[in-house]
Formats: sequence, structure tokens, C-alpha cells
Amino acid sequence: MSPAARPISSVRLPGVAFALVAASAIVMAALVLLPLFVVFRDAFDKGIGKYLAAVSDPDAVSAMKLTLLVAGIAVPLNAIFGIAAAWCIAKFEFRGKGVLLTLIDLPFSMSPVVSGLVWVLLFGAQGWFGTWLIDHDIKIIFATTGLVLATILVTFPFVARELIPLMQDQGADEEAAALTLGASGFTTFWKITLPNIRWALLYGVLLCNARAMGEFGAVSVVSGHIRGLTTTLPLHVEVLYNDYDFVGAFATASLLASLGLVTLVLKTGLEWRHAGELAANRKH
Amino acid sequence: MSDQTRHIGSVELRRRPWLQHSILPGFGLSLGITLTYLGAIVVLPLTALAIRPWELGLHGVWHELSAPRVASALKLSFGLSALAALLNAPLGLLLAWTLSRYEFPGRRILDALVDLPFALPTAVAGLALTAIYAPNGPLGSLAAKLGIKTAYSALGIFIALVFIGLPFVVRSLQPVLQELDHEVEEAATTLGADARQRAVRVILPAMAPSLISGVSLAFARAVGEYGSVVFIAGNLPGKTEIAPLLIVIKLESYDYAGAAAVGVAMVAISFGSLVLINGLQLALAKRGKA
Amino acid sequence: MNLQPTANTEAKSPLSLEISGISKSFGRFPALRNVSLQARDKEFLALLGPSGSGKTTLLRVLAGLERPDAGDVRFDGEDFLSIPVRHRRVGMVFQQYALFRHMSVAQNIAFGLTVRPRSVRPSKSEVADRVADLLCLVQLEGLGSRFPAQLSGGQRQRVALARALAIEPKMLLLDEPFGALDAKVRRELRRWLRDLHDRAGVTTVFVTHDQDEALDLADRVAILKDGELRQLGAPNDVYENPADPFVYDFLGAACRLPGIVEGGRLRVADWETKAETDAPQGRVEVYFRPNEVVLAPLDGAGLAGEVRAVAARGPDVRIECLIEGQIFELESRGPGIPAGVAPGLALRIKPLRPKVYAAQPRV
Repeated sequence: MSPAARPISSVRLPGVAFALVAASAIVMAALVLLPLFVVFRDAFDKGIGKYLAAVSDPDAVSAMKLTLLVAGIAVPLNAIFGIAAAWCIAKFEFRGKGVLLTLIDLPFSMSPVVSGLVWVLLFGAQGWFGTWLIDHDIKIIFATTGLVLATILVTFPFVARELIPLMQDQGADEEAAALTLGASGFTTFWKITLPNIRWALLYGVLLCNARAMGEFGAVSVVSGHIRGLTTTLPLHVEVLYNDYDFVGAFATASLLASLGLVTLVLKTGLEWRHAGELAANRKH
Repeated sequence: MSDQTRHIGSVELRRRPWLQHSILPGFGLSLGITLTYLGAIVVLPLTALAIRPWELGLHGVWHELSAPRVASALKLSFGLSALAALLNAPLGLLLAWTLSRYEFPGRRILDALVDLPFALPTAVAGLALTAIYAPNGPLGSLAAKLGIKTAYSALGIFIALVFIGLPFVVRSLQPVLQELDHEVEEAATTLGADARQRAVRVILPAMAPSLISGVSLAFARAVGEYGSVVFIAGNLPGKTEIAPLLIVIKLESYDYAGAAAVGVAMVAISFGSLVLINGLQLALAKRGKA
Repeated sequence: MNLQPTANTEAKSPLSLEISGISKSFGRFPALRNVSLQARDKEFLALLGPSGSGKTTLLRVLAGLERPDAGDVRFDGEDFLSIPVRHRRVGMVFQQYALFRHMSVAQNIAFGLTVRPRSVRPSKSEVADRVADLLCLVQLEGLGSRFPAQLSGGQRQRVALARALAIEPKMLLLDEPFGALDAKVRRELRRWLRDLHDRAGVTTVFVTHDQDEALDLADRVAILKDGELRQLGAPNDVYENPADPFVYDFLGAACRLPGIVEGGRLRVADWETKAETDAPQGRVEVYFRPNEVVLAPLDGAGLAGEVRAVAARGPDVRIECLIEGQIFELESRGPGIPAGVAPGLALRIKPLRPKVYAAQPRV
């Protein structure tokens, strides 16, 4: 939202305005803020010592590393895909574009569990390629590769969805101008297109990363929950919770909640400062 | 020489009649990356999903889906998602209205916080909601005094689904509320409409398409939701077991075809309802334009 | 109508741009149909036409941004179509300017120089000098560090021009160069652009839908409609002798009446005059400009009309007349309303230079 867009208050009624604002604040506090508060309260329930012990536990540390690794692979791949898809969809006219757009949007409307399930159907022990994989001693499901694949599928549209409307909006005139001035195709992309989409790209990467690190359903299906090996941070939360290690579970959850908060702050900052350079439609 | 150029040009045009010529480079490369990636990440896996259930045969799939446990899980998931999305309509309207119509201290922070359910990893949300609504939690204990069971019941699932769906409705409505032509409202005022009439007869109808699209997004998200629900649900078969959880359970017993059948059913029902909602929205939008 | 005599370069300089038989369609829509025209060296050529006439498409073909389906473009005898955009060295000014929004004005202007291959790239100080020269040329000294968003429309247009000139183009292409500007800025920039062209000495093609602008600025005007070239000529020629009714109508206000040419005489209603020798025979359409009439001529010959309304607007007097059942708004120049002209007056109106075209079969 642009800071220039002043709220209009033409329908302001004395009393009603206050009541509406108060009601909104209550809804937000009870529904949205309370959970956030509870996470941190329960994480420090047994003191800071227990908290630090929980987050420095070897299994927690390896879960952190795995989470970073998975996001570190999935996010750049999706970013490259997003740029490529946005380039061909926004800058060229060809038949079949609608189908392409629908397919790119598809993962948003799928249950995360289904996004994990499909990989099991392909690479699980009884999946299409299961026997072949076992014969060649390759492990995808219950291994890092599976986690990466599931994460990629879930976070697939984020960057592309951010870039496509923006690049369609910007048109191809600046690129055409660069070419008439003698720039090569690569120079044009590097010096004209990329700088024009940098904030939107960052925005998309930010959202993609938040979802990649926080994903639960999809990775839960392909993980196998092998402690210290195939549990990402969100899965580690569940493992600890099921073990009745509540401090551990909430401490780990507080790390993820912090990730969410940082994302929120950065995202809001981008929206305030670079509203014009982000895509106009702000839907998740 | 120019003849040759044109010849090459026309050959190229004939080879790709579906592509309009452009001087920008990189179409082949970018489309190649897009199609390869899309094929490997989306199309191939979804094909596997679409094909897998049918090894049970048509009858087998029907048997699978009509089993009491599956049927009640699907009913629970879709029913509660619809209810949660419907509650999100007034809540979302309230928030969107307040945030875009009034200036008050903390407005921007409140506005940013609307996205929290979206930014918070689902497992964290699930854990926190469970702690709040558990019989010994701050709100759960209140409800327990009134004899209402929140966590580990359908009500708990409902609360989690409202939580995750809220941003979709608010964010769909806000742009429309902000961009709604000021003059339209002023015109209504000059024609003698009071505040309530302006809201109900001018502003609400203009927002209807966005409200529907926000509610349908919230619904779609809720149907597939897993992380924030499994902790609070209690997961009693036939009672508080949601469809996505059933997929997980079936996979754990290596019932791939059964899991795929539930998955296909979920995708099909979601898709069907989205098409329906889109149709409704389109009809409304057309009326708005006429 | 501002009809300044412009320098006629025809027959003086050699041909530099030769466009022959260009056709281009988008899907089923034919944007250009077999268009051929030439421009002489250092000529200022206007492509004039209503929207959808194909003028911008033709300009983009010249720039290399569109590839024609058929035809040939030569520049200084060289096959232009076989040269890729980036090697054509055309300075293109886009309708919305297409300034690089993330670069300063100076960076925008320098872009074409800094993307040259290292071997032919000017040094940093040379680039800086050139940018300074160009900023001076377009009268934007001191604005080099601004960003496009901080400039007015007229300033942006000049930056776009400077950026195009920086590569020392063989040809300058301008797409509706004044389209996005308000009327006052537009008039100022018009003269300035013409001076700039004369100083830079580069063949220039510009697209416009404003006949006033084309006639005022260009050495020659090419008028297009529906992808076809309707007429090509010096502003005076096309204004005095429009090739067809469309061109007549497009170049200025027009009054039209049906008439008949027989035996060297032109008859319109009850008025008869000598027909031009090359006039078509039989049923014709007679066109005349509303400001090229004589009211109540001394010889009494002319179209019978009746004054409906009279209004003086500045130096012009507008007289609404009913002629042959149609209402025409005629213009008479002169101080004040001619004596005796008042609503209800019946009088004769003699078109000074009626133009006769064969009657079009009604579509």
C-alpha cells in the first residue's frame, strides 16, 4: 500500500468509527496477536537457560542447517524459474500463454500435503520410479532431495507471480530503446530489465523463502521424520511436541515465528518504500 | 541478399506460427527453462497423482472415497472450510474497512499484522492455537467453564481455518476500498443517500466481486490446510480427522492408491467449487460494468 | 491554418531512405499494405494519419522493431532489413519516451555509448563530454543527475531526444514526439525540434496524427490510411492538392456537396462554374474549405444560402449557413462581422477553390 493513498473518511460517523476501530483491534488481538504472544511466552516458560538449551540441542541445530539447505536450493531455483517464466510471458506474444499461467498458479490451490504426496507417488518405494531407485540405491523420499522437491513445488509460483504482472505493466519499450541504442540482448536484460524488477524480485524471493523455511505439510509427507537427518525446523517442532517436550517445541517455534516477523517487517518495508516498483495486485 | 533475409525470415515465421515476432532476445531460452521446470515440478507429479488411483478401478476408487472414514473427513474439511471462509467475510470486511477508511494511531502496524497468519509458519500457528484453546489455555479454559470444548474438536479446527484465511479476504478488499471512486460516494451523498445507504447500496455492491474472490481464496487455502490444523484437531477418525491428514495416514501404511484417490478428490472438489465461484464473480463483475 | 513555406529539399539532395513495397499484418489485421516511399538525405519527413493507419508500424519497421512480411528498406543503398536493430544506428524516440527509469538523465544519455564493444567505446571523459554537449543542445544543463521521474513531460522528451542523438544516428525516428505534451509546450518544442533537425543534419522521420504539426514542421508529408500510402508531397502541395477526399478531409475543415461535371462545366445545386480540365466527369463530390469562400460576391454567382447564426471569435467570424439543406460553418477573416450579415439573410456563397473528386459509391 502506498503511503500516499490517504484513507478517506467520508463515511465517518461519531462513535461508529471508534467502535469499528476497537472491534478490529480486538479481532486482531485475539485471533492473530495472541498466538504470537503465546509462542514466546511458552518458549521462555521455564527460563532462558532451558530456552537456550533447547535451541542449541544438536537435533535442533541440524534441523536449522537442513532448513537453510533446503531453502537455499529451492529459493534460487524458483527465482531463476520465475525470471525466465516472467520474461517469456510478459515480453512475448504467443499462443498457449493462458495454459502456462494456469499451470504456474496451480500449486497455490493445492493442499501442501498433496504437494508432498505427488513426490511419493513418483519416487516412493511403490512409486513409478521406486523400484528403479532402490535398484540403483538412490534415496529421494525420506531424504534431503525429497524435502527439496516438495518445498520447490509448494513455493513454485511466488517469484513468478510477483514478476509477471509487473513486467507486463512495464512493457517492452525500455528494452526496445536499449536495443536501438546498440545494446546486446544480454546487456539489455542485465542493465535495463533486471534493475527495473529488482524490488519485486526481492519481494518474491522474500515470500518464497518464508514459505520454504516454514513449510510443514508437504515436507512432513516426504520426510520420514528421522531425527537429526530429515527433520526441518517445522518438523522438529512437531517431533518435540509429540514427545511432550513443550519448552523445546515452543523454543523451536519461536525461531520460526521470528523468521515470520522478520519477513513481515522486510515485506512491509518494501511495500512502503517501493510500492511503485512492486506489482500492482497484492494477493498471496 | 535482402531476398535471402526475407526468405529466412518467412521460414522462421512458418516454423513458429504461434509466436508473434519480437526483437527481444531470449524467448527460446526462457520458454525452454519455463517448460522444462514446469514439466518436471508440476506436470509430471500431477500426472502421477491423476493416474495412480485408477489402478483400483472405478469401483475401487468409489469404494475408497465412500468409506465412512474418508467420506466424513472430506465432509469435515470442506464443510468447516466453507464455514470459516464465510465467517472471514464479515471479519475481513471489518478489518479492510477500518484500515482503509480511518486514520488512527497504530493503523499501519495493524495493517502489517494482517499478513501475520500468512507469514507465520503453519506449524507455529498450529502449536500456538492449541496452547491457547487447550482446556488449560487462556481462552480454552474460559470456554471450558461454559462447557464448550474448543481444542481437539471441530470448533478448534474451525478457529485455525479462520486464522489462516483472514488475510486473503482483507487483502482482496483493501485495494477496492482504497480505489473506489470518491466521486461516486459524493454523488450518492448529493442525491440524498445517508451514510448507511451509501455503505449498503453503493460501496458494498462495488466490493462484492473482490469479497467473493477473497472468500474463495480463503476457502481454497483452508481446504488444503494441514500444519495449523493437525495440532489442534485431536485427529479422531470419523470425528476430527481432516482430509489432508487422511492422506498422510494412508501413505504411512503404503496405501498409495488410496492416498492418491483422496488427493484427487480434494483437488477435484476444490477446483469445482472455484469454477463455480469464479462464474458467480464473473457474473457480478459484468453487471458492475454494464 | 498556419501554412509557412518550408524549405523544399526535393531534387537537391540524393535519396537516402528508400522504402518499397512494405507489407505487414498482425494476425489477420493488415497494418501496412504495399507502402513505398522515399526520403532524401537530411530530409524531415512526417508520417501523418489517423490512429490505426499504420504510421507507427512503419516507423517501427524502420527502427527494426517490427519485421515486415514483405518489402524492402534501403538506407544509403544498404539493405536495412538485414541489419539487426542494435547495429542500425537509428535514434528512436518512443511515444512514451521509454527512458530508463532507474538511471539518471546523464546515464540515460550515455547508455548508447557505454554499451558499445570495448574496442570502439569512448573513454569515460569522452562520454562525459558528449553528455554535457547533448544536455546543452537540448537545454537541460545542470539536470544530468536528475531521474526521469523528477522531470516534466517536455524535459523527458528532450532527454529521449538527447539519448537518441548520442549514438550519432544515421536516421532519427520520432513516434508522436509531442503526443504526451500539453498544447503550449507542444508549440514551443515544435520550432525547437525543427531547428535541432536543421543543425544536426540527419534524416528524420516522425509520426504524428496532428495535421497542423506535420504541415508546419516537415519538408514532406506522407499521409497514410488503413495501412496504405494515400499521398506524399510537400506540405503546400498536399494541402493545396489533396489526392483524395480522405486527405482533403484529414488536412483541415472541409465542406462537401454533391455536384455534376459535364462539358467542362461544374454544377453544384444552382451554381455553375468552369470545371478544371483534369476534373472527373459525371457525378462528383465537391469540396471546399470553409474559410475559402466569398460571401455575396459582386457577380452574384455562388451557392444560395441562408445565414442562421453569426459569431465573432477573435479575428475570425463564424457564419452558420444553410446551403442545400445542410448547415455549414463558414469562416470569414476580418475585423468584425461583415455589414448586413445577420441571421435570416439570404445570400450567395462562392467557394474560391472548389476541389472535385469522383463520387464514391456509398458503402
